[in-house]
Amino acid sequence: MTRRQRLAALVAGIASSGAAFGQIAVTGATVHTAAGEPLENAVVVIEDGKISQVGPASEIEIPDGFRTMTAAVVTPGLIDARSTIGLSGYLNQEHDQDQIEASAPMQPELRAIDAYNPREALVEWVRGYGVTTVHTGHAPRSLVSGQTAVIKTRGLTVEEAVVKPLAMIAATVGDGARERGNKAPGTRAKMAAMLRAELIKTREYLDRRSAEDEDEHPDRDLRLEALGEVLEGNVPLLVTAQRTQDILTVLRIREEFDIPVVLDGVAEAYDVLDQIRDAGVSVIVHPTMMRAQGETENLSFETAARLRDAGIPMALQGGYESYVPKSRLVLFEAGVAAAHGLGFDDALRSITINAARVLGVDDRIGSIEVGKDGDIALYDGDPFEYSTHCVAVIIEGEVVSEEVR
Amino acid sequence: MLRSLLLSALLVAAAGAQETPQAFVGASLYPITGPPIESGTLVIHDGKIVALGPAPAVQIPADAVQHDVSGSVVLPGFVDTHSHAGSVEGGDGSGPMHPDARALDSINVRDARIQKAQAGGITTANIMPGSGHLLSGQTLYVKHRDSKVIDDLLIRQADGSLAYGVKMANGTNSRKDPPFPGSRAKSAAIVRERFLEAIAYRDKVTQAAGEADELPPRDLGLETLGEILAGERVVHFHTHRHDDILTVLRLADEFDFKVVLQHVSDGWAVADEIAASPQVLGASLILIDSPGGKLEAKDNQLPTGAILEQAGVVTGFHTDDPITDSRLFNRMAALAVRAGMSREGALYGLTMAGARMLGLEERIGSLQVGKDADLVVLSGDPLSVYTQVLQTWVDGTKVFDRSDPQDRLYAEGGFGASHDQGHILHGIAQGEHE
Repeated sequence: MTRRQRLAALVAGIASSGAAFGQIAVTGATVHTAAGEPLENAVVVIEDGKISQVGPASEIEIPDGFRTMTAAVVTPGLIDARSTIGLSGYLNQEHDQDQIEASAPMQPELRAIDAYNPREALVEWVRGYGVTTVHTGHAPRSLVSGQTAVIKTRGLTVEEAVVKPLAMIAATVGDGARERGNKAPGTRAKMAAMLRAELIKTREYLDRRSAEDEDEHPDRDLRLEALGEVLEGNVPLLVTAQRTQDILTVLRIREEFDIPVVLDGVAEAYDVLDQIRDAGVSVIVHPTMMRAQGETENLSFETAARLRDAGIPMALQGGYESYVPKSRLVLFEAGVAAAHGLGFDDALRSITINAARVLGVDDRIGSIEVGKDGDIALYDGDPFEYSTHCVAVIIEGEVVSEEVR
Repeated sequence: MLRSLLLSALLVAAAGAQETPQAFVGASLYPITGPPIESGTLVIHDGKIVALGPAPAVQIPADAVQHDVSGSVVLPGFVDTHSHAGSVEGGDGSGPMHPDARALDSINVRDARIQKAQAGGITTANIMPGSGHLLSGQTLYVKHRDSKVIDDLLIRQADGSLAYGVKMANGTNSRKDPPFPGSRAKSAAIVRERFLEAIAYRDKVTQAAGEADELPPRDLGLETLGEILAGERVVHFHTHRHDDILTVLRLADEFDFKVVLQHVSDGWAVADEIAASPQVLGASLILIDSPGGKLEAKDNQLPTGAILEQAGVVTGFHTDDPITDSRLFNRMAALAVRAGMSREGALYGLTMAGARMLGLEERIGSLQVGKDADLVVLSGDPLSVYTQVLQTWVDGTKVFDRSDPQDRLYAEGGFGASHDQGHILHGIAQGEHE
């Protein structure tokens, strides 16, 4: 992208964000609603930013004055279920890398909303391919790296964009969490020990906080408050674990503390499918095209399909990258998963409605249904095909991209 | 004559080619150098293509083994002009230029990345040391044959010598503390001084006219630079930024060396200059899924393929494995098509363009009678995400078959699929391989 293109994108963003609510009707030769069978020659009407009508073109009356758009294929706005963009920037220089705070191994108090840059070029980039919502925040590579948030890929401030300011608390078990030198945790056993100790301390904090005698209430502690949300069952612990041994460690800790857990990565999940299913946890599987090396060396293009076959709730992700490409496109990752056993329908669901469910935002987004946010992506063919283009993107009725990508 | 007979015998032996002819029947053949042939027949024998054409026009030898590949698509094996498979290494930290260091002496052939390259339909690759030096060493052109030793992967020229190039780099990767250069101007100055040294060495050798006591002491590095100066050795130049690309053209012009531009992230900005350079054999692109991650490559973009194609540059692709996955090499070409490159140009880029950049266009890169029997059999459109590589053949020998469980493991991944891959991860973290 040239400087001029970025400037143009920025100006366009400013100009279009003035329209608070969109009145727009989108006609698709095929509309994949992610809420039932695809509709042929169908119309989606968005009124005041929400979907007000969906159905065959013959049955829908488009209100006067509405803008109309057409495309070969229409899908719900895509959801990247695990990213770091907005915290990690595309320049990959010290000043635009806020996804990891290296000063301590456990910092659940770090809020994603205090670091998210809505004008980051990568946000505009993924949006141009149809991604309207990202679950972004602190990266793997630290035992407890911080919070994540669910954010729409528009707006000039995080306040305008945010859907869920505290979505999950990100943790890692495995090589990624290993500290260098003589700092802890330096081993897997130490990682589990530290995590357990912190959860025990948090439980004691919660107990004291709920004591009848107010004098016994502890001083506010942001760190324990944040982890307390996990222990109280309000916020899941999002744990990156790639190897079977690490996945089982996470499940062991989940059972001990009875906390909500979402598994992330799970490169070797195919060998512990029963355990994952029996634990009832959801999974955000690693990017399909993630590099197979180190603790992900045994990853498979087919893991998403295997999880689906096992009946495990599953979403796909763009993930975190420390190098090139600085962000992966969840659309492309889903396409490769579709071609390796997952199939078109489940691949699309894994970046729309199923992702919304894993993130707990399926009441608002993830499918084309009346009452949901008017988040729509338009394509000139099969969205997963390499040579298809995303031709327009709509967020809450506002056309945020018309660049052919 | 005797020598060439011996050589061809050796080549056949190395390839392990089938003595029985093999006929592929029913597939769409994409010769690359000509239009696709629907329901064609392709016959290979002794490691070479011996016939191809529409089914009625091709006589299948009576003793041929027939392969019914109806519904599939057969292309020449893909050529990857830039791979780091085998944990390849070149020079060390003792200096910025190592023309004496050979990739040949460093490649671990048991690296699963080689099987994965086979699974991606790649039959020929240029395995190169990294870009952390102005000149990191000699590269090695290999065929992805099945073997446990490097000797069986080599490609020999008509005179029996090995086929390889030299890896150079400019921009930020080779800028470090002394003895490395600290700036772009210094980088160019060091290279120019070393080439001047090579010219002086070459002239001394010439003046000695074979007199042993007149010859300068042998210098392996200057010998290699001399081959570059003589046009016998191609330079594969890692370069990203537009100004660095122009520096490569300036150096190539000054010393008149043949060069392949590798990565060329800003190639879109200087396409006409690249097209006008008589030294440039071609531009090999890596296309990535998002901008950034590496500052000097931040403007890498998908339309570069189309822009270079339209400027008349021989345009190909590379995996830079492990930066991108060899199993998804066709995806690179497809992304170029997404951004405006012609389908024909993109398929040429996966095959013939690479062959030309390695100087192997007489032997590989297209389906033509007399060329090496390097084939990839695909389940469908070569540029579709849904297409799978079904079989890969090198010199008439099948090296990948998706119906074989072990081969399928390499194709899809899973436990054990990445054995012996080495420690390239650290290199990525340092940003030295892109």
